[in-house]
Amino acid sequence: MTKLRVLLQTVRTIDQGTGKEHGKLSEHYRENVAICQMDPKDIRTLRMKGSEKIKVTTNFGSVVLRLVESLAAPHPNIIFIPYGPWASLIVDPETHGTWMPSLKGIPAEVEPAFKEDVLSVPALLEEHYRRN
Amino acid sequence: MPIVSHVTCPVCGSFCDDIEVIVENNVIVDVKNACAVGAAKFLDYCNRGSEKPLIRKNGKLVEASLDEAIKKSAEILAGSTYPILYGWSSTSCEAIRVGIELAEEVGGVIDNTTTICHGPSILSVQDVGIPSATLGQLRHRADLIIYWGCNPWSAHPRHVERYTTFSDGRFQKSTWKSYISRLGGALSKKRLRRAANLILRREAQVSPKVSYELPYTMLKKKRKMVVVDIRKTHSADAADYFLQVEPNKDYELLQAFRMLVANEELEVDQVAGVPVETLEEVTDTMIGCELGIIFFGQGLTMTPGKLRNIDSAICLVRDLNQYTKFLIMPMRGHFNVTGANVVSTWQTGYPFAVDFSHGYPLYNPGETTVIDILCREETDAGLVIASDPVAHFPKKAAQNLVKNPLIVIDPQTTPTSLMADVVFSSAYVGIEAEGTAYRMDHVPLPLKKIVDPPKSCPTDVEILQRILQEVRRLKREPN
Repeated sequence: MTKLRVLLQTVRTIDQGTGKEHGKLSEHYRENVAICQMDPKDIRTLRMKGSEKIKVTTNFGSVVLRLVESLAAPHPNIIFIPYGPWASLIVDPETHGTWMPSLKGIPAEVEPAFKEDVLSVPALLEEHYRRN
Repeated sequence: MPIVSHVTCPVCGSFCDDIEVIVENNVIVDVKNACAVGAAKFLDYCNRGSEKPLIRKNGKLVEASLDEAIKKSAEILAGSTYPILYGWSSTSCEAIRVGIELAEEVGGVIDNTTTICHGPSILSVQDVGIPSATLGQLRHRADLIIYWGCNPWSAHPRHVERYTTFSDGRFQKSTWKSYISRLGGALSKKRLRRAANLILRREAQVSPKVSYELPYTMLKKKRKMVVVDIRKTHSADAADYFLQVEPNKDYELLQAFRMLVANEELEVDQVAGVPVETLEEVTDTMIGCELGIIFFGQGLTMTPGKLRNIDSAICLVRDLNQYTKFLIMPMRGHFNVTGANVVSTWQTGYPFAVDFSHGYPLYNPGETTVIDILCREETDAGLVIASDPVAHFPKKAAQNLVKNPLIVIDPQTTPTSLMADVVFSSAYVGIEAEGTAYRMDHVPLPLKKIVDPPKSCPTDVEILQRILQEVRRLKREPN
C-alpha cells in the first residue's frame, strides 16, 4: 500500500473552536477535530478520496483520522491536524528545556486505512489512558 | 426580553467587549456581535454534564455532595508530596489568586496554559524585552499589520475586524471594501477556471501555484495587512500580501529580514523558499510604514527554534525602530491567559511554572514546567482547573497525569474530567460568574454574570477557597 512521508502541523480551526463549545463528547467535535487536512495532489498520490480514513504515524504513536482535502493548497507533503485528543497521541513530548513540546513540524508517515475507524473520545481514553 | 449589553466574551485573547446577550427566564436565547466560537459558548453553555460534584468510586464517577468532594480533594492535595495545579487561563484573576495561595499551602507547582502556547514568547521577552502597545492604539494608528505564524480567522475571529485592518480607526481607515472587491475577483477567476476545466475536460481541481509577486495594493499609501504562514489560510485570503514560508524556517526568514533592514546583502537567491527580491520589497514596505505591528502565534513558538524564533522577531522589530515605529504582540489564546501570567507575576514574581515545594517560589523553565514534570514522572497528584490537558498534552505527559489522583474543576465534561477522581462542575466564568480578566494587550476588563448558575454549581473562587480552608484544617488536625 502506498505510503507518504510528510510533515505534521497541529493547528487551530474555527470548527474545532465551535466543536469544543458544543461539547468534547459531541459528534460535531469528533467530525471537526479527528481530521487530517492534506494537499489534493498528495491525496491523489495515495490514491485516496476525501472522507476516507487515513493512518498517521510518527515516532510517538499512530492514529486513524478522516481525510479532508485542504482548501489552503498548495502545501505538498505537509498535513494539518487540529489540536485535540487525536493529534495529542502522535506529537513530540520533548521540550528541549524550553518547556514547549514540539507540536509542529513533526516528521510523519501517512497511509490509507480504509477499513479502520476513527475512535470516539471515550474509546480513545479507554485505549490510551485507561486507569488500572 | 432583557438584553445585557457590553458583555465581554470569555473565549479568546481578543476578549471582545461589545457582545449583546438576550436572556429569557435565566437562559441565554440569543447573542449578538459574537464570532462563531463566542456564539457557540454563550448558546451551548447549559449543555453541561452532571451539575453535582462527582467522585470516583470502584472505578466509576458517581454523584457526591459538595462537602464530600471538597474533603476528598483536600485529602488528595494535603497527602501528596509534589502536586501540580494546572490550567487557570479560562478562569478569573480572583480564582487564580486563590489558586496560588493553595499551591503555596500544599507545596506544589502552579502552572498555566502558557506552558503549551506562548511559553517561549515569555522567556524571550524576559531575555530581549518587548516593544508593544494596546490594541486601541493599533486600531487607530497602525498602517502595516503583519500576522506571522497565526491564523486569526480561526483562533481570534474578530481580531482583524475590531483591532486591525478591518477596523475604522481615527487615523487609519478600514480596508474591508478593497477586500470585498478582491474576493469578488478571486471568485470570478475560480469560476472561469472551473468552466475552462470542464470545457477542456481536465481535472477540475488544480492546485494554484505560489506567487511571490507583490500586488499593486502594497504600493498604495493606506493600511496594509501581510500574512506570513506555511499555507494560504483564510486570514491570508484577507491579506494584501501572503508570504508563504517553508515549514520550520521562520528563523532563517526573520534573520534575512534583519540583514536587509541593516543594509546587508544576501548572497543567495532565496531564503526559506522566498525569493530575495520579494524579501527586499517587503523590507521596504516595513521600513516605509508609519506604524507597523507584528502579531505572532504558535507558528513561531512551537516550531524548531521556539524561543529563538521570538528573539529574532523582537530583534527585527528593534532594528526597524531605527527607521520607523514598529511594535510586536503575541496572539494569546485563552481569554485570561495573560491574566494568569499577570496574577502569578504580582503574587510570586514569576509568570508561570512556579514551584513552591521548597517553601518559596522557584521558577526554572524546563524543570518546574508541568509537561517536563509529568514526562519525568515526578508528581503524585494533580488539580486541573478550566483546562483540558488530557486532550491537549502529548500522550506521554497526559498518561502520567491520569496515573495519579486527579481533581478537575470545570463546567464542561472534558476528556480530563472523565479521567478524574473528583470533578466539580463549576459556574461558567463570564456567563454564570463575574470576575476580572486581562486582554492579550494586558488591559484588564470585567467579566459579567449574565445568568444564575445551577444551585449545585459554585464558582471557581468558592470551590478553591473551600479546598484551601479544608487543607489548612487537615494540616492543623491531621486526624
